[in-house]
Amino acid sequence: MSPTAKTRKSPGRSTKQKAASEEWHLKLYVAGQTTKSLTAFANLKKICEEHLKGKYDIEVIDLLKNPQLAKGDQILALPTLVRKLPVPIRKIIGDLSNTERVLVGLDLQPAPKEVQP
Amino acid sequence: MQKKRSMALEKCPTGIQGLDEITQGGLPVGRPTLVCGSAGCGKTLLAMEFMVRGAIKYNEPGVFMAFEENAEELTKNVASLGFDLNDLVKKKKLLVDYVYIDRSEIEETGAYDLEGLFVRLDHAIRAVGAKRVVLDTIESLFAELPNPNILRAELRRLFRWLKEKGVTVIVTGEKGEGTLTRHGLEEYVADCVISLDHRVVEQISTRRLRIIKYRGTVHGTNEYPFLIDETGFSVLPITSIGLNHKAPSERICTGIPRLDSMLGGKGYYRGSSILVSGTAGTGKTTLAIHLVNDACKRGERCLYLASEESEHQIIRNARSIGIDLAPWVKKGLLRFNVTRPTYYGLEMHLVTVNKLIKEFHPAVVVIDPITGLTNIGTLDEVKAMLMRLIDLLKYHNITTLCTSLTHGGDHLEQTEVAVTSLMDTWLLIRNIEYNGERTRGLYVLKSRGMAHSNQIREFLITNKGIDLTDVYVGQGMVLTGAARRVQEMTEQAEGASRREELRRVKRELERKRVLMEAKINEIRADHASAEEKLVSSMKEQELKEQVLASERVVIAGMRKADVSSGKPGKGIGRNSRRAR
Repeated sequence: MSPTAKTRKSPGRSTKQKAASEEWHLKLYVAGQTTKSLTAFANLKKICEEHLKGKYDIEVIDLLKNPQLAKGDQILALPTLVRKLPVPIRKIIGDLSNTERVLVGLDLQPAPKEVQP
Repeated sequence: MQKKRSMALEKCPTGIQGLDEITQGGLPVGRPTLVCGSAGCGKTLLAMEFMVRGAIKYNEPGVFMAFEENAEELTKNVASLGFDLNDLVKKKKLLVDYVYIDRSEIEETGAYDLEGLFVRLDHAIRAVGAKRVVLDTIESLFAELPNPNILRAELRRLFRWLKEKGVTVIVTGEKGEGTLTRHGLEEYVADCVISLDHRVVEQISTRRLRIIKYRGTVHGTNEYPFLIDETGFSVLPITSIGLNHKAPSERICTGIPRLDSMLGGKGYYRGSSILVSGTAGTGKTTLAIHLVNDACKRGERCLYLASEESEHQIIRNARSIGIDLAPWVKKGLLRFNVTRPTYYGLEMHLVTVNKLIKEFHPAVVVIDPITGLTNIGTLDEVKAMLMRLIDLLKYHNITTLCTSLTHGGDHLEQTEVAVTSLMDTWLLIRNIEYNGERTRGLYVLKSRGMAHSNQIREFLITNKGIDLTDVYVGQGMVLTGAARRVQEMTEQAEGASRREELRRVKRELERKRVLMEAKINEIRADHASAEEKLVSSMKEQELKEQVLASERVVIAGMRKADVSSGKPGKGIGRNSRRAR
């Protein structure tokens, strides 16, 4: 749980040759290295590695350093994960510990909840 | 501008008309104030005005965090009230941050907090050096964020954080059922709570404001009417003015010399309130026109609040009694404000007058008629409003003349709106019907602080204005008009003949006196002549006797008679004794 201080981290650059629509651009908004933000980053990385290996791009934005960026994406709750690409934009709040909900939120698991009674 | 009380609690002036008076200085500095009320009652506007006035008047920049409207909408909405938000934003005196969350976009996936909001607010406060913050309406977060428990905890933290920051905050909240706010914001914001209300009674709406609580300070506890118009928000704390207005002893002319003399010879007091009541067509407006005309002649400003006649009609009608008001209007000394009473509510009328007074600074205000207002409120409301209005006018030392229409059937010494006790001078014009003629009589029913006439005067409207003449009072009756003329002429004729008779009697007596004196003289003359006669005959007698005596001596000598002779001796003896 170390690299949150980095503002940009793109572990999946190698798979960029895939179709543009398949490229995932994610932004994780946090405020300092709190427990919640560290957990969120770890959870996010785990999920991405599992489901989007090679086609994702995570940008971590520390609002304590760049508070002006909060306005653009209407950030209120922290941590917030914003899926910029593919459109439409989705927002997921919380420390991403509920993996199932994260997958639903990211449209990686096409609404399994609705099917289940 | 605001008088700062030497109290522990520092106050932040809102700059909103009237609100600072009720709160005795403004909102608590560095603490949050909750403004609650139902939809459309003006919460956002109050908050925005607090912000704008702060930025302009007190040089305190502000952050407006909007949760319901975006900056553009807000700018447009308040532009109609004369606020230029863009300009303030450009000058870095105001920052509008629109916070928006779409519930459908959001998936909650674990623990979170609202640090993002804190960061944004902090950033905004730093950006403009804000002293004032508005959160409008933060409660909408309850609809947008899935977990109310987290939200509550975070809100509590937010208000604590804001207090630490030392900014003065207004939080708005929608009224809930049976609670001040839908989500119980009052739990967190407990320093000052202001409630706004928008009521419609008999189709006329009134906005009211009340301070429910204000920790650590005294404040007005009433419900105060307020208004939102093209210059913003204004609260009317007129009931808080109190009866401490000055009472100048200066007098002003009524415009009718004879009326002046009825009022102790000098006219009305300046700054007093005058009520002219009377039935329809008795000349109430005419009396008002006189006052206005005279005041304008002295170069004083007059405000004429008419609700039944238009400006042109009043000017035209004034011409018919030889008064031209048009030049005064042109000179800017006279201003008409003509509105139908039903055009807006009582409070709005009050505020309109208040505004006009502040703008125009009149010395004389005419309200013609006050009875028109009864159409738009209950008697109590109208009375309360008039009381405030009259108080307001007195406070500004404005001479006010109100006309009041009395209906034929009503008791004359009673007005429809029972305001007479508020009035300093009450003139009553009444129709006097006698012998098929209708004339007008004017009384001074009361006039505080002056020795006024108790007599009725006949009130004549001529083409040169109002004239007051004495009525015929005598022989146990009061007559006016033609009857008075007839009576006067009859009396004159009677008097003349009586005087003629008297003169005749006097002449007769004189003649008699002359006659009497003549007679007296005659008698006196008779008497004198008789006396004269007596004296002369006595003298003659004496002479005769002397002669006789001497003759006797001579004869005796001749006869050589002695003394003691017979019969004749007696006489001779007597005579001789006398002769000796």
